Amino acid sequence: MLLRHTTDEVLERSALTVNPAKTCQPVGAMYAALGLHNCLPHSHGSQGCCSYHRSALTRHYKEPVMAATSSFTEGASVFGGQANLLQAIQTIFTVYNPDVIAVHTTCLSETIGDDLVQIIAKAVGEGKVPEGKHVIHCNTPSYVGSHVTGFSNMAKAFVTYFADPNAEKTKTVNIIPGWVEPSDMRELKALAHSMGIEILLYPDTSDVLDLPQTGKHEFYPKGGITVDQIRASGGSQATIGLGPSASGATVEALQTKCAIPGTTLELPIGLQATDRFINTLRTIAGVAVPDSITDERGRLLDMISDMHQYVHGKRVALFGDPDQLVSLTEFLTLLDMKPVYIVTGTPTLNFETRIKAALADTVPEAKIKAGQQADMYLMHQWIKQETVDLLIGNTYGKYIARDENIPFVRHGFPILDRVGHSYFPTVGYKGGLRLLEKILGVLMDRQDREAPEESFELTM
Amino acid sequence: MADILRERERQVYRKGQANALPLDCEKQSAAGSVSQRACVFCGSRVVLYPIADAVHIVHGPIGCASYTWDIRGALSSGPELHRLSFSTDMQELDVVHGGEKKLYAALCELIDAHHPKAAFVYATCIVGVIGDDVAAVCKRVSLEKGIPVLPVHSEGFKGTKKDGYRAACDALLQIVGTGPTEEVSPLSINILGDFNLAGETWMIRDYYARMGVQVVSCITGDGRIDEIRRAHGAALNVVQCSGSMTYLAKTMQETYGIPFIRVSYFGIEDMSKSLYDVARHFKDKEMLKRTQSMVRTELERVMPQLTEYRKALTGKRAAIYVGGAFKAFSLVSALRHLGMTTVMVGSQTGNKEDYEQLREICDEGTIIVDDSNPLELSSFLEEKDVDVFIGGVKERPIAYKLGIGFCDHNHERKEALAGFEGMLNFAREVYGSVMSPVWQLTPRKRGSSLEVVK
Repeated sequence: MLLRHTTDEVLERSALTVNPAKTCQPVGAMYAALGLHNCLPHSHGSQGCCSYHRSALTRHYKEPVMAATSSFTEGASVFGGQANLLQAIQTIFTVYNPDVIAVHTTCLSETIGDDLVQIIAKAVGEGKVPEGKHVIHCNTPSYVGSHVTGFSNMAKAFVTYFADPNAEKTKTVNIIPGWVEPSDMRELKALAHSMGIEILLYPDTSDVLDLPQTGKHEFYPKGGITVDQIRASGGSQATIGLGPSASGATVEALQTKCAIPGTTLELPIGLQATDRFINTLRTIAGVAVPDSITDERGRLLDMISDMHQYVHGKRVALFGDPDQLVSLTEFLTLLDMKPVYIVTGTPTLNFETRIKAALADTVPEAKIKAGQQADMYLMHQWIKQETVDLLIGNTYGKYIARDENIPFVRHGFPILDRVGHSYFPTVGYKGGLRLLEKILGVLMDRQDREAPEESFELTM
Repeated sequence: MADILRERERQVYRKGQANALPLDCEKQSAAGSVSQRACVFCGSRVVLYPIADAVHIVHGPIGCASYTWDIRGALSSGPELHRLSFSTDMQELDVVHGGEKKLYAALCELIDAHHPKAAFVYATCIVGVIGDDVAAVCKRVSLEKGIPVLPVHSEGFKGTKKDGYRAACDALLQIVGTGPTEEVSPLSINILGDFNLAGETWMIRDYYARMGVQVVSCITGDGRIDEIRRAHGAALNVVQCSGSMTYLAKTMQETYGIPFIRVSYFGIEDMSKSLYDVARHFKDKEMLKRTQSMVRTELERVMPQLTEYRKALTGKRAAIYVGGAFKAFSLVSALRHLGMTTVMVGSQTGNKEDYEQLREICDEGTIIVDDSNPLELSSFLEEKDVDVFIGGVKERPIAYKLGIGFCDHNHERKEALAGFEGMLNFAREVYGSVMSPVWQLTPRKRGSSLEVVK
């Protein structure tokens, strides 16, 4: 019993977080910045932050993750980090030569009050930023929001710094994918491509964090949106944001700065959310949905029809990031499963409303919690009070899954102990097939493992 | 690349070249570097983490607690409180109004729920800046709850990982000396600087037991507060991972008059020497005999297999990049034992003496490097046509991308690498990675990826 210290009695906690269902903003900003071509993310804080974020991303993606740090010292924390950042900008352009340095702050630099706008202006003024190169920034105080907020802030900074309101008007559609895997971003591009629609998707970490073995360590991989593409996105005909928490702010920024009409949808995970995404895209672009996509949808519907009896009525606990949870809940509800416990550490406006909409009154007893003290410890206590048939969430769910003998599907960030998420999407109809396959796999494996010999079945 | 070398030429040394050591080490990384280093908090956290019957609460925003939640693979034979992640998850208002009240409340909630033997409270960057009096809160809770509640002054910006080790030792020193020592034998030791990764402390403990040495405490592998309280009763401190624990050993020598010796449990030469050093310290003939016989038994057990691995690995080239340099010494000799040459060796935090010692034990042409970065590491690996890279989490994917074998000798080791058995595991792991058929298909061996497809 790894979590033998968990009690089933839920004690009131006001100050203590145990086993968090979130992490801090900067890692999200770093991940988003990796989705910009020839960009070096830069952590304006102590050395440890940068090291932890790189390690976390490396463990999840099994890829080298490059980022620089301001290496704060005691002096910097007293006198401010301006000197460090100025030196960093010079060092980075000299040594690592990126097109863009994407600076995010930390709790330390935020608390001492470093003014990034002023420091960057000073760097430009002192000629530390070479012609044609850029330094962009976003504020990511770790004591506000979560890693999702950080991702959102950096994605928005792409717009703030680069999107050009005077760019040539085009029929292109901007897609802001939210914090999803490189595989998901690749799938979104493939879907748009098969519909014959020009899109600009950013941040885009495909071909950055899912690289082939080439015998080379590419400091700046071939993927990522380019600065010119983001500039051009200012002239696109529309923006679709996927996931309000991770993408809403970027959609709004494009609307405000470049007057591009924007729609924010729930992440296209599961059949209905994908339907809405495809429909929105189709309507904006004025195209017909090709047979290939209709057939893909049909195959997902077919798998659900074939297998619905195995999942009907199963109780599910899920935890992770708000946008993922809302769409997963809707998909599980379509499968006639019962999402009974839903937890995210990310403080999220309207989270309960969104989840309830996804549940469509099917699970009135569902327990939903977001923000402070919405952690894995609480979820475990709920499960101890009344168990579930399936657990969905990031790798940290494995303790609960093992202790309570619950089939477990890994989804979200971080996944530290399995592979596949970089390569196989969970968005789109194809993603729905994969999710359902995984869910059925763990449920049926359990049945095979635990069924008494006489009722052990060959055909399921 | 040329620029990097110019910027950093005083932190890279090639054995045999004109410019001499000492390396320009023990300095702050330049701002803007893609350093592989971590921070003060990281140092404190990894050292204290294995103490399994204490609670470890991180006072600050959530990140520092999230990233250090059960990352170390330090095993416990009993309670597993150390594997949970506790945090005050500071919010904006806590930063504005100060976090002391929240820390007090969190500590009370935590101690009431889990009844630990002690609590360690880690101060993170922001706590140092807003000026929370962590020590005062700890003192108050300690009085109220009747257990040691120890502040760990690990604000990330206050230096390097090494300063974090020191902060951890300072916290430990408040516990050492507070327990009874009547039961302690004159033939007794504390094991310092082994963290029971993959159960390594258990193996080492077993060796000492077979020698007839009483182990009073392990600091901190499979650690327990009551054992650490009695640590001052031991006759000798046996220090591995000297970077983290020498300060504790020195202070215990000054305060309690306990001598210490430095050892290493990696590789069969260093392992055997460590046990003999302890036996010789006690000047006990019977113990020395028992040690000799045990070492012989262990060697007889592992040597035949090691010889087989050696046959396959002879002539292969290895690169090492680790946190502390002391580990690198043992690795160089363990690799040599397997017939391999170390062509590059570096550390995040080595000092002048460390690098001098590395120079002495390495072959001509070996690259010795301090506080390296991924660009540099990649170029050294390619230049030296390395067969296996030994490092930690951030180094692993670099090796694989280049088509080079890898062995994690850090927190993510898969098996125990210490002791005689550990040497066998190490050999097996290096062999498994170096000899993998996958490298025959990768561009490094085949020229280009196109050629592979053709």
